[in-house]
Amino acid sequence: MSASDLTRLSAAELSDQLASGTTTAVAATEAHLARIAEVDPAVHAYLHVNADGALRTAREVDAKRAAGEKLPRLAGVPIALKDLIVTIGMPTTAGSKMLEGWLSPYDATVVERVKAAGMPILGKTNMDEFAMGASTEWSAYGPTHNPWDLGRIPGGSGGGSAAAVAAYEAPLAIGSDTGGSIRAPSAFTGTVGVKPTYGSISRYGMIAMASSLDQGGPVGRTVLDTALLHEVLAGHDPRDSTSLPDAPPDFVAAALRGRKGDLTGVRVGVIKQLHGEGYQPGVTARFDEALEVLRGLGASVVEVDCPHFAYAFDAYYLIMPAEASSNLARFDGVRYGLRVTPEPPVTAERMMAASRGAGFGPEVKRRIILGTYALAAGHFDEYYGAALRVRTLIQQDFARAFEQADVLVSPTAPTTAFRFGEKLDDPLAMYKGDVATIPANLAGDPAMSLPSGLSDDGLPVGFQIIAPQRADDRLYYVGAALEAALEKRWGAPLLSNLSEITLPSSGAQSPDLAPGKGQSQ
Amino acid sequence: MSDISSDEVARLAVMAALDLTAAEIAQLTSELNVIVDSVANLGKVATLDVPITSHPVPLENVFRADVPEPSIDLAEVWAMAPEVEADMFVVPRMLSED
Repeated sequence: MSASDLTRLSAAELSDQLASGTTTAVAATEAHLARIAEVDPAVHAYLHVNADGALRTAREVDAKRAAGEKLPRLAGVPIALKDLIVTIGMPTTAGSKMLEGWLSPYDATVVERVKAAGMPILGKTNMDEFAMGASTEWSAYGPTHNPWDLGRIPGGSGGGSAAAVAAYEAPLAIGSDTGGSIRAPSAFTGTVGVKPTYGSISRYGMIAMASSLDQGGPVGRTVLDTALLHEVLAGHDPRDSTSLPDAPPDFVAAALRGRKGDLTGVRVGVIKQLHGEGYQPGVTARFDEALEVLRGLGASVVEVDCPHFAYAFDAYYLIMPAEASSNLARFDGVRYGLRVTPEPPVTAERMMAASRGAGFGPEVKRRIILGTYALAAGHFDEYYGAALRVRTLIQQDFARAFEQADVLVSPTAPTTAFRFGEKLDDPLAMYKGDVATIPANLAGDPAMSLPSGLSDDGLPVGFQIIAPQRADDRLYYVGAALEAALEKRWGAPLLSNLSEITLPSSGAQSPDLAPGKGQSQ
Repeated sequence: MSDISSDEVARLAVMAALDLTAAEIAQLTSELNVIVDSVANLGKVATLDVPITSHPVPLENVFRADVPEPSIDLAEVWAMAPEVEADMFVVPRMLSED
């Protein structure tokens, strides 16, 4: 199989070929490194490429397999990691100048799990600085370009992970999601992304943004691939005090069962507050068509009313900056990261302020100031305290909704991928893109985005599925069923519509749309 | 209608140990007012009888076994420190001259 063919395989297909000896981990890793060299100058998904380390892992896996050792399912399948996941031997920058060149003295738990699974780590992917953003435009190292249209954003904060997977620069990636940072980039790039139940994937070693909202999660091109990675990552970790003690459900079995396409008895709840006005017509059209597909598979579709979701956005933009302002206090130039010496008098306090002023970008400063304001004495009940009460109301809305439905659905985002610069001058407009993804973070519920087609502008649209806490397997069951039915209609996966990425000197490229592809008949 | 002054933003910056230029303070003051206006209507529903939820999945008494474990390799920590002397992080004085 040619190198370029190896990059087009799903993780599941690649793992089968590795197990059967059809190909080797070294060949697969080399193929992806070649692909990265070919297209990443245009896409800029990666901040660091770990060629030597990845090939070393690949050689070890090949040797073990040749010696007849039984290996984990994804052994030899390469993976990319969002750059807020700390890694020994590779820089971790969180997309910020504050941590330029910083080498972590320890691996995150998810990295330990990926290494134990024998997965070569291709590198670290680009992101909005400290995960603060919805477009990856706030990365201190330059934006990532959407493989569907290089003049457009891939979403954020995890734009690098999603773009790498969409552009075949990695079959799998790990992202993190605080208000939609896995799901929205997946919607904008035509990939699958999952934010798991809060506490089900360890946050140890993931640079913290908002500790009560952050969750690491899998990104892939198919629902099954995402399930396979989720299985590697999930499970109790005593080093994360918010880590759930429960054993996770079987995501892969759920995905395989779901693929058979029988949703008889499954109740699907359409969240009244998360569709309709404010959503692009093409987004709404693909959403409605997906509901039809679900009905066709035997599911019943009802509308559920979540009245307090109207306040979710406000609550989030108080809770998240408050927690982030606290979490980012550690970046002060004392023990690690950027240190700037101020004008005399040089005191520790002035040094910290100068280092932070120089190391943080505008969006980070905005959120730190907003968070400091929300937490300032005299403001607690009015802002942060009020937001925590609204969080209770939102959890209650979800509880009531889950009495009427097994999964809740909405479009992942109100729009398709917008152009660079469109929202930079209007922070509030940028924030509003998260309106559909935020509620699941506030409640700690697991949620998935998977592709539901192309909008009228030829850009991918995401379909969001939300399940109750600890029922992440339901996402894979319903998601796999929807994906199989949609791909049958389209005749091919959505990403097959993605035309070849040409480097900027060859001129701009636009998606190559075969008539009718990606839009249900 | 929120009325956050640029003086208040400057005070917040001091609280947050964050150096801001005059231009940044001006920009942040107008942005902060817009954002706070937008989020200020929570009081309507967030009445004091509604309990607070700080963590989405409540856990209690999360302990680990009282067993010593190895710490991080100090050499790797020093390698990333801005300034080190005799196995200590070097920082400027805490207080100014007077």
